[in-house]
This record gives sequence, C-alpha cells and structure tokens, in this order.
Amino acid sequence: MLLIRRFEEKAGQLYGLGLIGGFCHLYIGQEAVAVGLQSALDGDKDKVITGYRDHGHMLAYGLDPKVIMAELTGRAAGIAQGKGGSMHMFSVEKGFYGGHGIVGAQVPLGAGLAFAQKYNDDGGVTLAYFGDGAANQGQVYEAFNMAELWKLPIIFVIENNQYAMGTSVNRSSAEDQLYRRGESFRIPGLQVNGMDVLEVRGAATVALDWVRAGKGPILLELKTYRYRGHSMSDPAKYRSREEVQSVREKSDPIEGVKKDLEAAGISEDEMKAIDKEIKAIIGEAADFAESSPEPDPDELYTDVLVEQY
Amino acid sequence: MPIELKMPALSPTMEEGTLAKWLVKEGDEVSAGDIMAEIETDKATMEFEAVDEGTIAKILVPEGTDEVKVGTVIAMLAEEGEDAADIEASPQTSKDEPAESQPDDPPPAKTAAANTIAKEDSKPASLRVDPDVPEGTEMAKLTVREALRDAMAEEMRADERVFVMGEEVAEYQGAYKVTQGLLEEFGGRRVIDTPITEYGFAGIGTGAAMAGLRPIVEFMTFNFAMQAIDHIINSAGKTNYMSGGQMRCPIVFRGPNGAASRVGAQHSQNYAPWYAQIPGLVVIAPYSAADAKGLLKSAIRSMDPVVFLENELLYGHSFEVPVLDDYSIPIGSARRVREGADVSIVTYSIGVGIALEAAEKLAGEGIEADIIDLRTLRPLDKAAVLESLKRTNRMVVVEEGWATCSIASEIAAICMEEGFDDLDAPVMRVTNEDVPMPYAANLEKLALVNSDKVVGAAKAVCYR
Ligand SMILES: Cc1ncc(C[n+]2csc(CCOP(=O)(O)OP(=O)(O)O)c2C)c(N)n1
Ligand SMILES: [Mg+2]
Repeated sequence: MLLIRRFEEKAGQLYGLGLIGGFCHLYIGQEAVAVGLQSALDGDKDKVITGYRDHGHMLAYGLDPKVIMAELTGRAAGIAQGKGGSMHMFSVEKGFYGGHGIVGAQVPLGAGLAFAQKYNDDGGVTLAYFGDGAANQGQVYEAFNMAELWKLPIIFVIENNQYAMGTSVNRSSAEDQLYRRGESFRIPGLQVNGMDVLEVRGAATVALDWVRAGKGPILLELKTYRYRGHSMSDPAKYRSREEVQSVREKSDPIEGVKKDLEAAGISEDEMKAIDKEIKAIIGEAADFAESSPEPDPDELYTDVLVEQY
Repeated sequence: MPIELKMPALSPTMEEGTLAKWLVKEGDEVSAGDIMAEIETDKATMEFEAVDEGTIAKILVPEGTDEVKVGTVIAMLAEEGEDAADIEASPQTSKDEPAESQPDDPPPAKTAAANTIAKEDSKPASLRVDPDVPEGTEMAKLTVREALRDAMAEEMRADERVFVMGEEVAEYQGAYKVTQGLLEEFGGRRVIDTPITEYGFAGIGTGAAMAGLRPIVEFMTFNFAMQAIDHIINSAGKTNYMSGGQMRCPIVFRGPNGAASRVGAQHSQNYAPWYAQIPGLVVIAPYSAADAKGLLKSAIRSMDPVVFLENELLYGHSFEVPVLDDYSIPIGSARRVREGADVSIVTYSIGVGIALEAAEKLAGEGIEADIIDLRTLRPLDKAAVLESLKRTNRMVVVEEGWATCSIASEIAAICMEEGFDDLDAPVMRVTNEDVPMPYAANLEKLALVNSDKVVGAAKAVCYR
C-alpha cells in the first residue's frame, strides 16, 4: 500500500513537471482495495480488469514500478511501449487486462474474460473493478444479467469512492446502496469497508469461495475514498477540505495497518526501514522513467494489425 | 539541497497560468499535502499542494503574476536541517535559462496540433469577420468556450423549451467549463446533471425532443457518445423520415471532438465523418468563436437533430465576435477565411488553424492559398468548394482525422464528379496518420496533421 501511495505521489509530481501528459488518475486513499483483493487471487489462473485509475492495481499485482512509471512518461520501456499511457496499461502475462478509458466498458469485457474461463474450464476467476459512477452505465446491467444467467466465474467489484468526478453517489444513484445493484439479477452483494485491508482480504476470500464453488457471480461494494482530485486537472470544488481531511485522519488505510503492526510489536525503526526502501524503489522508477528513451518513430505504425495483408 | 518548486502543469492542455495567490509566506513550514498557492488555468482555479516538507525559503514569483510558464521555478523550499535564510534564489530560476533544473527531455507541453493554431492576428483584417456582419459592428474578444456558453444562454433566455443536460454540466460548471454560469442563471430545472449513462440520457433527450422540447445534450467528449450513437443515428436521425414528417426531433448533441493532448487512443478521435454520413442529421464543426456562437444558436433553433462538434484545444482561444443582439449564422454555408489564387485549402475545425499557418509559410514562397472553412459538414457547401476550385484549379484538403472514408475523401470525390474540368492536379488529402492515437509525446506529434505536411501537399499540387 505504501508503495502505491508513494508511487502515486511521485506520479503527481512528474505530472506537475510536464513529464506525464494527458489524464492521470491517482489511487491515493484507495490502496487497501486493490491490495486486499489482489492478495487473495491465484496469479496463475485468475484475471483482473479495471478502468483508467489503474496504477495501483498493477502495483498490487506485482508489476514492476519502473515499467509502469515509464509508461506514464510515454517511453519505449513502458509496459505498453509508451503507446497506452496512464489509462491504458496491460499485462496479459500477469493476467491484467487493462486499463480502460471508457467508463463501464470493462464490466462486460470482464464478463467476457470470465466466459472464457468457464468455457475453458480452467478454474480461474475474473475480478472486474469499476467505480460508483460506472455503476450507472447500462452495459453493466446487461453484463450482470448474462453473468448470472450463465453462472460466469466473476467478482464484480464496485470501488465506491463516493464521487464520479464532481458528482456524489447520492446525486447520481437512485439506489445508493450499490451492493444491492445485483439483486434483480439474483447476484448477491456484500458491502465492505474498503479502507481496511484485512477486511477487504476477508471479503475477497468469501467471494472467491462462492465463485469457485460454481455459484456464479458475486458483487462486492468497497466503500473507499480518493484523496486527490478525479484526475490531475480537477480542482475538486465539490467537496470541502475538511471532508477529505477527516477521512484521512480517521480511516487512512495505511495508518490503520501501521497501528496494527505496532500492536503486533513491529518497531518504529523497522517501519522506517520499509519506508526508506520504498522511497528508493520509487526514486529509481522515476529516474528510469525520466531518462529512458522515447519510442522509436517507426513504432508509430507497429501493432496496428497483427497480420499483413 | 533546497528544493525548487516549479509552476505545475495542471491539465492536459495547460501551458501557462496565473499565480493567483500565495497561501504561504517566506519562513512558513509546510508539510506534504498543505496548500501553498492557488493557480488559475484557463479552465479553473487549482490548489498547488506541497509534496515535500520543509520551510519556504524564497518566493520568486509574486502573486498576481500572469502567464507563468509551466516549469518556471516559483519558490524555493528548504529541507529539514537547512537554514531557510541561507538560500538564495538559485541562478537557473530565470525563465530563459532552463538548463540544469530541467529534465533532459523538455516537457511535451504542446502537441503539434496545439502548436499550429494560428494566431488570430495573423489573418488579413478583411477576413476576420463574416461577410454578413454589417460594417462597423462592434466586436468583442471572446474565447470559443465563452461564445458557446453565450449562445446557449441567449437561446435559453429566448425559448423556455431549451434546456441543457449531460455529465457535470450543472454543479461542476461543465467538465470543460463550457456551461459555466448556466445553472446559476437558469436553475436545476433547465441545467441538469446526469449520471454517467450516455445511452440513457441521449435517449431521454431524444424523447423529450420528440415531445416538443429543445434539448441540448452535452457529451463530455464525443468519444463517450459512442455509447449513445444508436440514439443519435437510429432514434434522432431517422424519426422525421420514418414518420412521414409527423415526428420532429429538434435536438442538439454537442461536445468536444477530435484529438486533445496526450489522452491516448480511446480519447482522441474525430467523429465528423461518422455523423456526416447520416441522412437525417445536421453536422456542424466550427473553428472560430464567432462561428461557434452563430452556428450553435442556429443549431438550437433548427427543427432537425444537430451534431455539433467542438474542439477542446480551441476552447481557450480568443477570437473577435460581433456584438449583436442576435448573431446567428446560417447552417450549410462555408466561409472563405483567406483569399488566394494559387491553391485551395479546404478544411474545418482545428484544421483551419493549421491551414492558416501553412498559408503563411506558402505565402513566403510566393504561393497564395484560398482557404475555405466548411463549418457545416452536412449539408456540405459544395458550391463554395467548387467555386474555390474554379479559382485555383488545385486543391488540398486538411483534416485532423484519418484519411480513409473521411470528409477529405468526400471533398475529393465531389471535385472529381463535379469539378473535373477545373482540376490541374489531383486533390490531395492531408490528414492524421492511419494509426490509433499513440500516447507517447513524440509519436503523438508524428501522428497528427501539421502545417508542414500541408505546405508539402500544396507545393506538390502546384508542381513546385
Ligand atoms: C463513457 C464515458 N463517459 C464519460 C467518461 C468521462 N469520465 C471519466 S472518469 C469519469 C467518472 C467515473 O467515476 P467512477 O466510475 O466513480 O470512478 P472513479 O473515477 O471514482 O474511480 C467520467 C465521467 C468516460 N471516460 N467514459
Ligand atoms: Mg467514483
């Protein structure tokens, strides 16, 4: 979680310096969600798909911070050779299917991944993450229906950070208890404290058991919060600083774990050492991302189609 | 080592900003997350947060300074253990000496397209305004963003049936601030925030239009209208015809279209050719603020469904707009933005800026370009295209989009079919490269159309 936090802070800085362009959506505040859920997955057969707020998911999945940061700066060494950028990153090798810029699109796509898992009978499960805002897209419900109808092995994960850009859940959702959104499709839902990594991990285990037992999809609503603006260009005028500050003080996922570790007898020094190590990793990733070369101009035309005609 | 605090880039298209206010003073201690300053971009006022902790040693750019370039050192921060008083303004703080403090690769602040938006001043004075505007009309400098807002506000004042809906149009004041102030003036009944459900609200808007209202549906960008394209084409575009003229659909679908800056393949696409293919739709894509205003007003008044394609990179650009009580421009007429006898350049939207820049370069080599801004893409002003061809006998079409099945292809076909005898050279299309938009700064620049490519094509058709 600390790695994600420090990575995102660094990304914010690099954006400010003009080294990262376009849209850049930070995951700060939501770290426990990806870390808690992904820690319960089977890396060999499970698959993950999410939206544009994807840096944290990739780090939680064990991808190298260097190649993620290099993608953010648009360099050849980036995970998508600099062609995708912040919102569009993929690692098929690791079962990470993106990184999608169109709100809601990853939900039916995720159901498709699960369809293939069931079709191949490989025992894998797909985790499809989407936001509270995305939860209002029609295609989400079309996917719910088919996923339950065909008992696809998928966990629908709503990361409810309470805002979709400037619109709060209450201003956009007739049913704001999002874990109930699967009810009319007979998909069970759980509401989970997404600021507590152990609670998230627990919910992941319950959900995975359900799906792996062949009972079809399950819906998790993770209540969480993003501290930063929606993207780097959001002035976040729709909420007060006090609101943000109070979440930070009361339920920061990293501070929470720190307390647990203290209680378990981990010393301040040991934690400082972790902090230092992470700072070094991030520093190295940033240096790499700043200094590695841009893609070769010839890359402009590569990977448009697979075959030659 | 003291840390240099630099003017941050706060949005994909920001190149400079105003340092509106310092919230800290020299000697103050800050920790990560503290707000140090307020910075105004063209879209919004943003807070500038500290990422490191330390003491503010020097403030180098005073508050109230305009046009501070991204990357300028604005203050120095002393780290723990350093004495703030010892820190001098570092030598490389001057704007024209970026050397050491800058990364090796200069930040890709601008895209090729942004770079090539010609300064309005470079246009000949006689061509700045629409010929229909009476001589001596007072002019005001407005951004495209303001012009669009004014058009909506004026039409909403004039007609109670007009309302705006879309994502973030009300309380957030528009994702790109185009609807700024409308909620305040017209209230929540007529300025409506929707959930993120493009298919749903495009359908609701279309139904409301069928029932006699005059909806303006804003798409945050036209990339997201892909979710709604069924209602735009199948519901809005075909109703009048299928009902034998009984059921009208007076709706405007508007929002930014085309490449912005560094937002990658899913967010950078020109949909003009998609919509322009559909009989039953009107498609408009203006360049200047005056055209944006005049044409949007006409679009709102039209009894037909209109797809109104704006361009994000143009939103912040200022143009002269006639100060008239009711300035509207007829749909379906192109405009000559520059006169020349040697080669015609036909274009629209951001392509006009690229064409103007190319024309300057061509003029330096003795080639005078006749530039036609199509403004409306359906119905297309064929007569204007053919008339220009008659004058110059050579044509280049400039389009920020792909060449295949494009507006440029359509213009070429028209010239073949109806202007063949006037052609002294093949019509050339100058467009983006035929690839999804890459993210990397260097590749994006290569992918986009630019004025040098236009100059090359213009010279080729002039056999020079
Ligand atoms: C179809 C579509 N519509 C609109 C957008 C613009 N947009 C990008 S993110 C976003 C908000 C999404 O909020 P939410 O689903 O809650 O996810 P969060 O950003 O909070 O993680 C919007 C409106 C888009 N990318 N795609
Ligand atoms: Mg959200």
